[in-house]
Amino acid sequence: MVLTVEDKRPVNLDLTTIKLPLPGFASILHRVSGFAIFLALPILLWVLDQSLMSEESFGELQNVLSGFLVKFVLFAILAGLIFHLIAGIKHLLMDAGIGETLEGARRGAGITLVLSGLLILIAGAWLWLPM
Amino acid sequence: MVTNVTNLGRSGLSDWMMQRVTAVMLGAYFLMMMGFFVCHPQLTYEEWRSFMGNSAVRIASLISFLAIGGHAWVGLWTISTDYFKPTGIRFLFQAACGLALVVYFVWGVQILWGF
Ligand code: HEM
Repeated sequence: MVLTVEDKRPVNLDLTTIKLPLPGFASILHRVSGFAIFLALPILLWVLDQSLMSEESFGELQNVLSGFLVKFVLFAILAGLIFHLIAGIKHLLMDAGIGETLEGARRGAGITLVLSGLLILIAGAWLWLPM
Repeated sequence: MVTNVTNLGRSGLSDWMMQRVTAVMLGAYFLMMMGFFVCHPQLTYEEWRSFMGNSAVRIASLISFLAIGGHAWVGLWTISTDYFKPTGIRFLFQAACGLALVVYFVWGVQILWGF
């Protein structure tokens, strides 16, 4: 877009003054999580490689993954995957024409955030609580 | 019809469809893997190795690695066209993403057939 001198429309690019509606919030999180998964893929591939190479590397990996910081990284990746999956399913449902109204979009985003939040909590418990 | 040389398929619509189809495949694969881990809390190397070495699982993994390439390419392409207006920067970003995705895929294949 070319802004000319006569263009009197207000432009607001101060992100701190923009209040994102719930569907917008879910949408940008979907993008951020997708990009984060892309960045995390080398970690996942490395884990897969170590887990399969040999019995020794498998045991070593179990040790590495039980460290708090490493576990936290794993948790963050899992959280990103869970959110991207749930928001992705919502996206596909809306592509299919389900919930494509203003109210539906708000409810869908709400359900997405609550459901993925719950699943992420469960994933955290699964990672940290002894079983 | 608007076409773009950096599209994955022949048009935006085919890219859009590709992203949806691969999304479903990746979702199914993710759920299968999580299901396996939840069902095997005390996983041993032998169990894990025989699971990943099973032909059906190997094929599913290979298909999923391919799907990641296609899905992430379309997704990253979309992101690049939203944020990088100068063609040179956008092209560099796309090239870096594409290279990374090809490397991931080849690495993944090596892992799958390397144990
Ligand atoms: C496993 C690795 C995955 C990676 C690296 C990945 C990455 C991405 C990226 C970077 C985007 C672009 C985001 C945007 O345009 O704002 C995207 C979009 C999308 N992803 Fe994924 N994704 C993965 C898995 C999944 C799964 C399991 C689903 C399941 C439903 C899914 C569903 C979608 C959908 C529907 C879109 C389109 C969003 C749009 O058009 O705005 N993705 N993904």
